[in-house]
Amino acid sequence: MHPAYSVIFFTTASGAGFGLLAWLGLFNAFGMLPTTAGFGFAAMALSLGLIGGGLLSSTLHLGRPERFLKAFSQWRSSWLSREGVAAMATMVPAGLLGIGWVFLGRTDGVFAVMGLIAAALAVLTIYTTAMIYRSLPPIRQWHNDLVVPGYLVLGLATGAVLLVALSAVFGVFKPSFGWLAALLTVAAFLTKSAYWTRIDTGKPASTIATATGLGAFAREVRMFEAPHTEENFVMREMGYHVARGHAEKLRGIARILLFAVPLVLVLITLFAPPVPALFAALAAVLSAGVGVVVERWLFFAEATHNSMLFYQR
Amino acid sequence: MTTLPEPGRKKLGLVIDLDTCVGCHACATNCKEWNTSGHSAPLTDVNAYQAEQRGVWFNRVFSYEVKGGSCGDRTVHFPKNCLHCETPACVTVCPTGASYKRAEDGIVLIDHDKCIGCKLCSWACPYGARELDEDQGVMKKCTLCIDKIYNQNLPEADRVPACVSTCPSKARHFGDLGDPASDVSKLVAARGGFDLMPEQGYAPVSKYLPPRPGKKAAAGTSLTSLAQGNASKPGGFLAFVDRILSR
Repeated sequence: MHPAYSVIFFTTASGAGFGLLAWLGLFNAFGMLPTTAGFGFAAMALSLGLIGGGLLSSTLHLGRPERFLKAFSQWRSSWLSREGVAAMATMVPAGLLGIGWVFLGRTDGVFAVMGLIAAALAVLTIYTTAMIYRSLPPIRQWHNDLVVPGYLVLGLATGAVLLVALSAVFGVFKPSFGWLAALLTVAAFLTKSAYWTRIDTGKPASTIATATGLGAFAREVRMFEAPHTEENFVMREMGYHVARGHAEKLRGIARILLFAVPLVLVLITLFAPPVPALFAALAAVLSAGVGVVVERWLFFAEATHNSMLFYQR
Repeated sequence: MTTLPEPGRKKLGLVIDLDTCVGCHACATNCKEWNTSGHSAPLTDVNAYQAEQRGVWFNRVFSYEVKGGSCGDRTVHFPKNCLHCETPACVTVCPTGASYKRAEDGIVLIDHDKCIGCKLCSWACPYGARELDEDQGVMKKCTLCIDKIYNQNLPEADRVPACVSTCPSKARHFGDLGDPASDVSKLVAARGGFDLMPEQGYAPVSKYLPPRPGKKAAAGTSLTSLAQGNASKPGGFLAFVDRILSR
């Protein structure tokens, strides 16, 4: 599948933004975050900025972005529509939490409840994003059980790494944030490793023989002539593939930048004195940010689409 | 509404005969001709007269080589367009309600005024039947010539999809596959019509008819052996002619 940068940026940025929002809502409800306006503003601006930037970026890949409002209408059947509705619904409790935190200096009572609702909706939104891909039978690398856990754990892990850095900047870091980020990074590594093994060992259910149906009448079916001399939309959109060797290298890069480096840096944040801890936390965000973009690029580039069977590619 | 309607009794679709298709591309050409001025107009071509031509086609004709089976070694020409599936995920994934399946005849259509060009429907189609019109920014697809098959201004005989009316080898048939007594349903039953990629679970309405067992295959001769010149020798008068000509 063609890796569109707008969609890669959208799913990674808003994934991390929703992940951060989930942790802010949860930790606020338990009174574990300072109620100072400065930290509250920075935290809410970062999470909502990532979410909003991601959502704006996602409209860049639309053919008719000016009609985006229509995309909220078909939540009964469409996961893409459900994602839009869930993202917008999350903004209501998140906004109220932000008002209480920044302007009233309060994260207790009704604002704590708003935080919990925002956290739940944020996780739900990441789930709907994953289901857009999970629900497409023609793409076996997406239509499998490990796609949803992958999106959820990566959103929550990158959000936790952001929380570590943010709290370190404001000097309100707590060891529980660090351990959470470390644990989720390991969980994300295990989930993605299982996913990569799954797509490598999985056997495609469809072949050129079943696609054309000619396999029932012949032992061997192969393309003799393509319909047209030039590449068409379907081939450009669905026919993107990354060389096996390159994919292995990029997986290695993702393993290092998204999992190994952030894990080590978060552990440094946990045990080092404040100044090195701060730099380690900021570097962890940078590394995980680049790593998750590589991971998401691969998620698209490694996905094969059944329509390409007709073109024998 | 992108939720699917209750399955109707009428299921309009095509039956494509892979035995008689000669791969002339007339169906693709006439499809483009009709549809570039109808319901889905225009079927934009970018760089139409130069390299890197990118255009919208509803119907594309593939050619395959098949070997070692009941139909012998041969070329099979294979036109492919939307199959108007009974459970089309391309419709249910649509976030705007632009894609829909008609309850009254099962045709899968796009309302181009509602489409935002998110391409998700094209990702959801295992057959690669939907193509983005990059000039208009909206998705386009085969309409089964909805503006032709119900057109009261045309003689009744012409109220079939453009690809069907133009086919010189009568390899394309149009009708109601929901009615077991229809000509197309009888044809499918008689010739063993089959679905493309049934394992995907989309339940395509349109069917394909298999290539007939070839005479050469029946005689146990393959194209390879013909090329190598060890085909079975003729007898009788033909053997006499063969001997004379071989001198």
